[in-house]
Amino acid sequence: MLALNRKLWRDLNNLRGQVLAVGLVIASGVGVLVMSLSVHESLSVTAEAYYDRYRFADVFAGSKRTPEWVARRIADIPGVQSVQTRIVHMATLDIPGFAEPVIGQLVSIPEDGQPQLNRLALRAGRWVQAGHPDEVIISEPFAEAHDLGPGDSFDAIINGNKRALSIVGIGLGPEFVYAIGPGALMPDEARFGVVWMGRKALEAAYDLKGAFNDVSLSLLRGTNETNVIDRLDQLLERYGGFGAFARADQLSNWFLMNEIAQIETLSGILPTIFLAVAAFLTQMVLARLIAIQRSEIGLLKAFGYSDFEIGWHFIKLVIAMTAVGIVMGWGVGAWLGRTTTELYATLYRFPLLIFQPSASVFAIGAIVSLGAALAGTFGAVRRAARLPPAEAMRPPEPPAYQKSRFLDGPLGRWFDQPTRILFRQIGRWPGRSAVTSLGVGMAIGVLIMAMQWMDSIDHLAQVYFFDAQRQDLMVGLVEPEASRARHDFAQLPGVLSVEGTRIVGARLHAGNRSHRGGIQGVRPTDTLQPIYDASGGVVDVPPEGLVLGTKLAEKLDVGIGDQVQVEVLSGRRPEAVLPVTGLVETYIGVPAFMNTDALDRLMRERPSLEYANLVIDENRQDELFAALKDTPRVVAVMLRSAAVETFYKTMAETLTVYVSFFAAFAVALGFGVVYNSARIALSERGRDLATLRVLGFTRREIAYILLGEVGLLIFLALPLGAIIGKLLALMMTSVFETELFRIPPVVEPSTYGISILTVMISAAVSGWLIRRRLNRLDLIGVLKTRE
Amino acid sequence: MPVAAETNAAVADGSEITIRARNLTKVYHTGEVDVHALRGVDVDFAARELIVLLGPSGSGKSTLLNILGGLDVPSSGELYFRDREITAISEADRTKYRRDHVGFVFQFYNLVPSLTARENVALVTEIARQPLEPAEALELVGLGDRLDHFPAQLSGGEQQRVAIARAIAKQPEVLLCDEPTGALDSQTGVIVLEAIEAVNRELGTTTAVITHNVVIADMADRVIRMADGAIASVDTNARRLQPADLSW
Repeated sequence: MLALNRKLWRDLNNLRGQVLAVGLVIASGVGVLVMSLSVHESLSVTAEAYYDRYRFADVFAGSKRTPEWVARRIADIPGVQSVQTRIVHMATLDIPGFAEPVIGQLVSIPEDGQPQLNRLALRAGRWVQAGHPDEVIISEPFAEAHDLGPGDSFDAIINGNKRALSIVGIGLGPEFVYAIGPGALMPDEARFGVVWMGRKALEAAYDLKGAFNDVSLSLLRGTNETNVIDRLDQLLERYGGFGAFARADQLSNWFLMNEIAQIETLSGILPTIFLAVAAFLTQMVLARLIAIQRSEIGLLKAFGYSDFEIGWHFIKLVIAMTAVGIVMGWGVGAWLGRTTTELYATLYRFPLLIFQPSASVFAIGAIVSLGAALAGTFGAVRRAARLPPAEAMRPPEPPAYQKSRFLDGPLGRWFDQPTRILFRQIGRWPGRSAVTSLGVGMAIGVLIMAMQWMDSIDHLAQVYFFDAQRQDLMVGLVEPEASRARHDFAQLPGVLSVEGTRIVGARLHAGNRSHRGGIQGVRPTDTLQPIYDASGGVVDVPPEGLVLGTKLAEKLDVGIGDQVQVEVLSGRRPEAVLPVTGLVETYIGVPAFMNTDALDRLMRERPSLEYANLVIDENRQDELFAALKDTPRVVAVMLRSAAVETFYKTMAETLTVYVSFFAAFAVALGFGVVYNSARIALSERGRDLATLRVLGFTRREIAYILLGEVGLLIFLALPLGAIIGKLLALMMTSVFETELFRIPPVVEPSTYGISILTVMISAAVSGWLIRRRLNRLDLIGVLKTRE
Repeated sequence: MPVAAETNAAVADGSEITIRARNLTKVYHTGEVDVHALRGVDVDFAARELIVLLGPSGSGKSTLLNILGGLDVPSSGELYFRDREITAISEADRTKYRRDHVGFVFQFYNLVPSLTARENVALVTEIARQPLEPAEALELVGLGDRLDHFPAQLSGGEQQRVAIARAIAKQPEVLLCDEPTGALDSQTGVIVLEAIEAVNRELGTTTAVITHNVVIADMADRVIRMADGAIASVDTNARRLQPADLSW
């Protein structure tokens, strides 16, 4: 081995504490990068493979009742590759041993085998048989939640008739990767299930012989979706079409793609923060090492080593230090990637899960972190390489200090000499001190950013589930009914009050922007689901016009007073131009509200309701559930407490991994910064400190000088960290803003407290390690050597 | 009257003894070799005495000074400060011993660069029991007009005099100087020696100076020569020369 390489290894060995501290930070950066890239890749590849293999459709459309022959007309639309018609309906399911009514989505499949599009992955059991109309295949998560399998059976109210269905198979479908019930945010496997039934059975049940109410299309490559959707809408209009939409707007796919996009964002932002800090730490260690090795560098040059050889030597040191972090990061990232992907697989259900992060994921992790480290240390390496040999072999000039107004003013006499040393040290190297404070501040900030999600989620849940919604139960009806139907609900056991509401599907256009969603009717007297502004509370219902969520207004680029063209997708499919009369901030969804009277007028229908909001007596809940299970016109029962529970359960699962990872990273960062700062200060001032020991200072007294300085910088970092945390929270929540969610950047005082405490503990541990080194100071060496 | 044959630096007469060492040995275990740095040294430092320790590198004079100053512990033997045995006291007690009784002057001054001359002295007076005022100590070494200068603003000789002021400001019983003029030219060295001599004379501090420089021996009360970890000879000067009369 070359002598210079031998020196490299020895240097690394001597610096092992610092190498490890830097390595941990680099590992966090590489880890989160590898994690997010591998999860992103896995989910994308898995989704693509799943969609492709199971022929997920490109365009979807629902209608009231369309004769089967129209399918041929649809197939004739230019660009259409294949057409699959079917019958899709909601139904209430009664699962043995489960009190609440379960929402079932019935989807027809051909009795003779797989459909053309949206094929099933049969996970267990067999296909339904012709002539056995009660045979069904149910979705896997639903089966798991209720411990159901082939051979079991349950009741369902199908078009008003209670029927016993027997399970013959368990399946998954590409349309239900993210399987959520109407109005739900998170999959609730126990309360929502997909039930695939034979086409003939459903035709008979819903009186749709020779007809369909749902159609899916696949398109030839390069076909313009919009044209096909327009033609399809024209064809279905007379059959009560609800408006066709593309795969991008398909609910499950929309959630999945949003998630994948968020992971991509994550892979961009977080590693950048981590690796910037890592680069800065590497620079800190290297600059100090070069300063210590000045005379060695001079000597090497005197022997005839070139600038390049010296520079390369230190670059190799950086590479070796970074490599330690990269290797750790690869391991952590691969493990986290797999864990996270598996976690996603419980939310997003795939029959296959491809977790094979490509070599490029690891290569990117390595290249990015190495690049950051080399960029960060470039200046230090260049200084080492350019050091003139003669100058390098002379000891550096003693650092010049200056008096300061602070220490030498009237306040100054309160300070003893050790405290003076401490302050002068900070004043002499303000940049370096700032960087230490900033590093610790970053650690605190990152932790606040991570933990703040809990606060935000709590706040969001409070506003969405409790402040804005006051019903215990929301019941969906098969068809809109006259509004007096709410009196029927009032008669049910345990119902304390009822309010009806309706939501009509509509397309909203403004200029060349459009949105497909629903308009919810609200009465000025409604108290259970009023129009609620996240920051201002309940908003009065204006007599006319639309009240839009701010995110929707942003999407349509409209404000109060602007006109929106409304194209209702049900009933008589009326169209109208309505003014925006109000804006409300919501955290979830992109709602549009109208005064119910105005909505009824627009629809040219009698006052009607499609959903009933109920306040119930908890003690009679089970009685009510039993009654609802036997109410034919009910298709969906949504329990608020269940929604809240699912929401928290899902959030807890996803956030625990995320928050623990960031806590670990913040601890590593806090530790790394403090350890390196104190370690460097020790190597610079070891001689001073040993001199003081010789003069009779105790270990505690010299520890005060060294650690007091770091302690003071940490103290300054506390408010800085709180500010950084708040800014990071603002940044992250704005980056993660989607149509579905706006996370309010709420930070509770306890989050600041816990974050600060955690980082302080990790700082204390590194302080303790340095303190142990202080105890081993060479007192005798000090008498003889000069630096 | 020089007693050239004497190899025992114990003092027989009735003067008050500040430091008493008997049969001190020190063995360093470095790797597989044992280095015998001290091989049974007997030495007494009397109150008010100025002693010069001479000897080549590796003769054991620094090891002896370190042990006497409470920086190191002997492998065997006995060490007394006045009547108190300090041979094998705890690390904390050795710190206390240095803090209360011993002043050190180093070859490379070892001033704290971030403190001014006055503050460097105050560093010690703040933890001492009956200190001089820092300004007074600096006056004693002739630096009354350089109180507020930082080390980087002082010459080598001035820095060494600050170090002396720092060492004596707590009025130690013992002042130990390891090559105090080693890094200085002759003219500056004389000024530093004058400061040491003044302290010894005016405060009565027992003073030991290690040096390579034989000329300095003439300012001592006694000259102890060391070789191979043992005392080679002890000479008592009939008359101390003033540093100003020395030259090299």
